[in-house]
Amino acid sequence: MQQRPAAATRQSTIERKDLHRLFEVLRARGYTVMGPVARDGAIVWDELSTPDELPAGWTDEQEAGRYRLVRSDGPALFDWTVGPASPKASLHPAAVTLLNARREGPALRLLECVPQPTRLAFFGLRACELAAIAVQDRVLLGGTPTDPVYRARREGALLIAVQCGRAGRTCFCASMGTGPEVRSGHDLVLTELLEDGRHLFVAEAASERGGEILAELPATDTTAAESGAVQAAVARATAGMGRTLETEGLPALLARNPEHPHWDVTAARCLACGNCTSVCPTCFCVTTEDFTDLAAGLSRRVRRWDSCFSVDFTYIHGGNVRSSSRSRYRQWLTHKLGSWHEQFGSSGCVGCGRCITWCPAGIDITEEARALRQDQRGKEGSRGNA
Amino acid sequence: MAAPRKPRLAVIKFASCDGCQLSILDCEDELLAVAGAVEIANFPEASRAVLRGPYDLTLVEGSITTPHDAERIHAVRRDSKVLVSIGACATAGGIQALRNFAEVGSWVPLVYPTPDWIQTLKTSTPISHHVKVDYELQGCPVNKHQLLEVVLAFISGRRPFLPSHAVCMDCKRRGVVCLTVARGEACLGPVTRTGCGALCPSYGRGCFGCFGPLRGSANTGSLSAVLQGHGHSHEELMRLFRTFTCGAEAFRKASELHEHDASESHERP
Ligand code: SF4
Ligand code: SF4
Ligand code: SF4
Repeated sequence: MQQRPAAATRQSTIERKDLHRLFEVLRARGYTVMGPVARDGAIVWDELSTPDELPAGWTDEQEAGRYRLVRSDGPALFDWTVGPASPKASLHPAAVTLLNARREGPALRLLECVPQPTRLAFFGLRACELAAIAVQDRVLLGGTPTDPVYRARREGALLIAVQCGRAGRTCFCASMGTGPEVRSGHDLVLTELLEDGRHLFVAEAASERGGEILAELPATDTTAAESGAVQAAVARATAGMGRTLETEGLPALLARNPEHPHWDVTAARCLACGNCTSVCPTCFCVTTEDFTDLAAGLSRRVRRWDSCFSVDFTYIHGGNVRSSSRSRYRQWLTHKLGSWHEQFGSSGCVGCGRCITWCPAGIDITEEARALRQDQRGKEGSRGNA
Repeated sequence: MAAPRKPRLAVIKFASCDGCQLSILDCEDELLAVAGAVEIANFPEASRAVLRGPYDLTLVEGSITTPHDAERIHAVRRDSKVLVSIGACATAGGIQALRNFAEVGSWVPLVYPTPDWIQTLKTSTPISHHVKVDYELQGCPVNKHQLLEVVLAFISGRRPFLPSHAVCMDCKRRGVVCLTVARGEACLGPVTRTGCGALCPSYGRGCFGCFGPLRGSANTGSLSAVLQGHGHSHEELMRLFRTFTCGAEAFRKASELHEHDASESHERP
């Protein structure tokens, strides 16, 4: 086998058995490797020490409000689509201490809580997850002020994607223009191939760092057949999207329909549980909580994920602005698919399908948008005919 | 200059298991600091010295189940500046509110050798059904951190911070994989107020609803439909809603609907 340093734009092929080298190279560069594991009946993100911890032989079945991890009987490591967790939990953590304060005599001393830079290498990011990170970049780093917690974690992050060769029943990244092909935002992209008894990863670097890492791995030139197989895998995933969403004119349509009767239909099902916002890789809202430790004379301010579905999310003097789940669901959907464009210059949805699968009530954002659009069309149609 | 008078704390018990009061004693390190910041005027679990009211802060544990207690709670209220009911019994009637679904008179002779001596009400009701309550602290038992928070907030003259979102959000914050979605298990998390930090789901057991229904938005009808879709029977769901907070309005109604539907399906051939 002839080894050569990989050029930044060329594809090279790595054998499954050499994947551990990637982990070694990453660790040597000071990265903590985060990747997918099968745990408690789902694919979740966790810290990995070897590729043997990857979910070999696992696949998933997803539907609105239903997820099952099932055996696939093959050696494939990436034969699944996204699970409930996303890199959001590492880049924009669910709980962070912002401030400690100590009483010293009559004075209050603020103890610094400077966000510690981390070096996380995410291995196994899907195209929709890269798109979600790009959305969070715009939200948390795109304006002023920026979020120092996110910045400290994001700047040190290395993004290694693995393209999907199969789409799930709740996936619709093709509709959102975010996948399944990995196009931007990554350092390195891999595609898993199982061909003629061989287990390969076709790799391509997209950044200087990615190129340097790839150059340290035992690799061969990717053959035309292997390149073709990569394209076929992506095409297979594109063709297999379980859901679609028509995005044309959607923000305007949503803005025109705050009193659409369909909001009541959804409100009757919505549990206001906040699972959708929590699993959504782009949702970023937080709340702060203060704690007093009387014994230690210490106060602590903690930032936590919040949700527009929590009853006190809109609490202001005198009451809550959105007291009904109808108004909360409407806020979530119209922000995600509508006003996000105006605010951050893109849709807030990357089509990962998490909110559909992990909504206990199986409320489906694509079906909701369709219902709002179709009734609307009916109305316009009948007006036109009259 | 004289030190400002320490606020006087009372902990008063009605029908309950004492578990919530014990959560106070369970505060360990912080307990000493609390004891330094307040005057413990009446707390029989902790101290034999019982001082008469009035009290600045009264924590009330337990539900009202006897005619005598229905009187006594009014005296406690009169003696208390701020009254906080703590635990599922004091805020929802507790597990003993199961009597609300039955004829308690028919049980008394089965349990007590001299039924004539037993004076009991037909129902077990929360403190708020009898007197004005300033704060309610849910849970079976209460979360000791929340309990400390209430006492500390009182001492420092601020509003206690008691989150009101669903248990589900704590599952997601902790990275617990949803039991209902991934395994079809019955869980009350989506309609239950947080407080425990998703304790049961993190051990692989569906939420029992100890902290009671989500304020204002417990959509039990939708959850029932979801859980039936996962194959849970009316009987199972009736029992699910009918445990420690069965007396809370939303859960009571849900359990009664399932009871009704369960008996209908039994009657059908
Ligand atoms: S849409 Fe679904 S996940 Fe979101 S709050 Fe409503 S019931 Fe919960
Ligand atoms: S709205 Fe739903 S499908 Fe869109 S990015 Fe968020 S979780 Fe994924
Ligand atoms: S396990 Fe229960 S509490 Fe946790 S997310 Fe699922 S339904 Fe909600």
